[in-house]
Amino acid sequence: MNLIEVKNLKKYFPIRKTPFSKPIYVKAVNDVTLDIPKGSIFAVVGESGSGKTTLGRTILKLLDPTSGRILFSGQDITDLKPKEMRAIRRKMQIVPQDPYNSLHPRKLVKDIVGEGLKIHFKMRSSEIYERVREILGYVGLREEHMFRYPHEFSGGQRQRIAIARALVLRPEFIVLDEPTSALDVSVQARVLKLLKDLKREFSLTYLFITHDLAVVDYMADRCAVMYLGKVVEIGSKDDIFYRTSHPYTRLLMNAVPSVDPRNKKDKVIPKGEIPNPVNPPSGCPFHPRCPYAKGICKEKEPDIVEVNEGHWVKCHFPL
Amino acid sequence: MKGDLLTVKNLRVIFHTYRGIIKALNGVNIWINKRERLGLVGETGCGKSVTSLSIMRLIEEPGEIVDGEIIFDGRDLLKLPESEMMKIRGKEISMIFQEPISALNPVFKVGYQIAEAIAHAENVSMKDAYGKVKDALEMVGLDWKRTMNLYPHELSGGMAQRVMIAMALVTKPKLLIADEPTSALDVTIQAQILKLLDELIKEMGSAVMMITHDMGVAAEFCDKIAVMYAGNVVEYAKTEEIFENPLHPYTRGLLKAVPRIGRSEELEGVPGVVPDLVDPPPGCRFHPRCGDRLDVCSSKKPELVEVEEGHFVACHLFHGGVRT
Amino acid sequence: MEYQESERISRWRPLIEDLKHTMYLWRKNKLAMIGTVIILGFIIVAIFAPVLAPYDPYQQNLHNRLAPPSREHLLGTDQFGRDVLSRIIWGTRIELKIIFLVTVISTAIGTIIGLISGYFGGAVDEILMRITDMFLAFPSLVLAMAFAAALGPSLTNAIIAISVITWTVYARLVRAETMKIKSTLYIEAIRALGAGTFRILFLHILPMTISPILVQMTLRMGTIILTAAGLGFLGLGAQPPTPEWGAMVSDGRLYMMNAWWISTFSGLAIALVVLGFNLLGDGIRDILDPRLRR
Repeated sequence: MNLIEVKNLKKYFPIRKTPFSKPIYVKAVNDVTLDIPKGSIFAVVGESGSGKTTLGRTILKLLDPTSGRILFSGQDITDLKPKEMRAIRRKMQIVPQDPYNSLHPRKLVKDIVGEGLKIHFKMRSSEIYERVREILGYVGLREEHMFRYPHEFSGGQRQRIAIARALVLRPEFIVLDEPTSALDVSVQARVLKLLKDLKREFSLTYLFITHDLAVVDYMADRCAVMYLGKVVEIGSKDDIFYRTSHPYTRLLMNAVPSVDPRNKKDKVIPKGEIPNPVNPPSGCPFHPRCPYAKGICKEKEPDIVEVNEGHWVKCHFPL
Repeated sequence: MKGDLLTVKNLRVIFHTYRGIIKALNGVNIWINKRERLGLVGETGCGKSVTSLSIMRLIEEPGEIVDGEIIFDGRDLLKLPESEMMKIRGKEISMIFQEPISALNPVFKVGYQIAEAIAHAENVSMKDAYGKVKDALEMVGLDWKRTMNLYPHELSGGMAQRVMIAMALVTKPKLLIADEPTSALDVTIQAQILKLLDELIKEMGSAVMMITHDMGVAAEFCDKIAVMYAGNVVEYAKTEEIFENPLHPYTRGLLKAVPRIGRSEELEGVPGVVPDLVDPPPGCRFHPRCGDRLDVCSSKKPELVEVEEGHFVACHLFHGGVRT
Repeated sequence: MEYQESERISRWRPLIEDLKHTMYLWRKNKLAMIGTVIILGFIIVAIFAPVLAPYDPYQQNLHNRLAPPSREHLLGTDQFGRDVLSRIIWGTRIELKIIFLVTVISTAIGTIIGLISGYFGGAVDEILMRITDMFLAFPSLVLAMAFAAALGPSLTNAIIAISVITWTVYARLVRAETMKIKSTLYIEAIRALGAGTFRILFLHILPMTISPILVQMTLRMGTIILTAAGLGFLGLGAQPPTPEWGAMVSDGRLYMMNAWWISTFSGLAIALVVLGFNLLGDGIRDILDPRLRR
């Protein structure tokens, strides 16, 4: 059963040179279709300009979709008005990327984490206090931490506060936007483990946005690889890593510096810069940098090909 | 513990704040030989950036270098007058930084800034320097005609880093300090930049001190690795040694925490938090978080000693060169 | 549990730490200290005016008019024989009242307009900003004079007039801050939590704008006094016999040649207090500067 279904989602940002001229569009999310099974960790991987961050926010309706449909638990939420969205919001939360900026700097932790409860439920403050204390315990923080300000905490602790804030409403779905990118490696390991434990404990579904393939390998069940607003490959984790089909995915994996120093193989180094999403290349957006590109790649956008069950790729010449 | 190019001995640096004195570097020992690549690895607050800034004598108030020696090519940099230091900075020792676009001057075109670097490095006039900008940009793989006239904010991250590399290497420095040069870049761009650095460094014959928190980058790029924690170097060895035979409990903990593609075991973090350097733990600064600590660890600071050939550890578990 | 943290802290610690840090920065900043001393002195004089003033400021003594500074009248007497020193001391209360009321009114108006303008953008922003521009287009003193003259010369009307020209500063400031803050991650997170507009504006964005508002308020106070003095000088503010400093400077004009002390000491009082507020405002701005703090 799919918790989230995204169909042909597009999110374009208009840029105008003057308030009156015709706008050009940054095609941040450019026709994305994917399904997130309930109870899974679904990773979205990409570099700058891939649109992964915009995708996460659009699914949560923090940005209004330009076109396409978003379904939550079978319900079409694309056109819901803000009032109607409020009830849904309780069930879908976000843990943002930068722990140093995602908590209100002038509020105590207990207010930051408890605010969600104040917005959605009519609870007595003693009840709110109890729930906040409880949820902080789950993420490994103590009662006295409730009376501190965010700047008193380290990055890892702040991220746990952000996780607590998302969890206190007992959501079903959480978008984790690069939750550990700003953290040290040893802290990252603990936060990732915590996220796995919490998922089990609270029966959560995650959309995990990251640029780090090693983290994908550790966390994800299914994975989508994005490039310039399009999903170029999507499949189970094993499909992506062991039955790699798209040249970009292969390039991405090769580019990750290997911690095994004996692995200094001759790698195919990707050439060129990542193009600007305002002016994506014609045909397949990856063709200027693709080592296997042929004539057709420049002219025609590739169709979606099913490589094996549950594994799709958008390429004229899948590997 | 001496390098024929750079030897840092017992470096101590403090910072004055309203809460007290931050003992940022607590007797750091580092050494690099000519043409060698050293990776300085550690997490936030370990002092790796402070170490590199100290070598460049760029520590300012409220920071203060209070003890130690930095012997570069036979001279103690800490004893040099500023005028002498200026001849070394940007010429014999160059530095590249993490956020390349921010590290460039936003109001001058790229061509001008490179010319400035060349003029300083080769002691020529700006006019002559301008003639060499083309070579510099081609060296780093950029379209010189176009790039010369761009402003830093018009560059992509990768392009800006190439410009920085051009500016740093145009002087053929003996030592290049690279402070997290690819941390802010996308993975595919990072691969390009590291390859570029690799080729150019080989050509120039420079030594490199690569500061990074990314163990993969250190593994691929560096010959030797120094692991830092809370103001000390806790382990120093050849790259393969560090990964195959890590000795210090912190190094082992760090390696267990790094996710790797194809790795099946659970990740393990290092328990506890990084210590407050205003009131650091006595003895070994890692001891409160160490699963293997002995009694002596809380009272006596372990020195960096050679335990196996070329492999140095600062840990009481390896007292006197013998594994206890 | 594996994740337990190992520190124990009390509830008040973060607030005390913050205060300690603020005090440290304050003490380090000499100019801020000077400003603080001046303003504290100003406030103390205002509070204890009845005790400090040697004479009744309204008490006329026509036998002793235009007397130079002496032991009985430290700053001399004015054209009605009233003690200049006492009038200056009691004048602090007038000034304080003006500053307080103008600040409260203009900050309230300006902040609300700024919040709405900055948060909603679009047409609302355009309209509100054009209105603000209209007010800014006039030289402030001229506009204040026009209002004061139209409403009739009195202290209350002077306060209204000065408020009318001051709110624009806060509107622009708060609008700029709001636009910056509304795109931060923590505001986005609170939107994801389902917070409504009112909650976001007043419980989340407003608290973040307090620092810059505080700095502006302090810096503005000097200008407010000067404007009030200007209006008073022109007869558009407090009416005689109220001991408002600007009016006193004006009164003394006729006697500059032979009784210089009337205008001079009143003028010096104005200058000193304005200086104090400016130093204090600069100091507060430095102290609240986030880069210096962390």
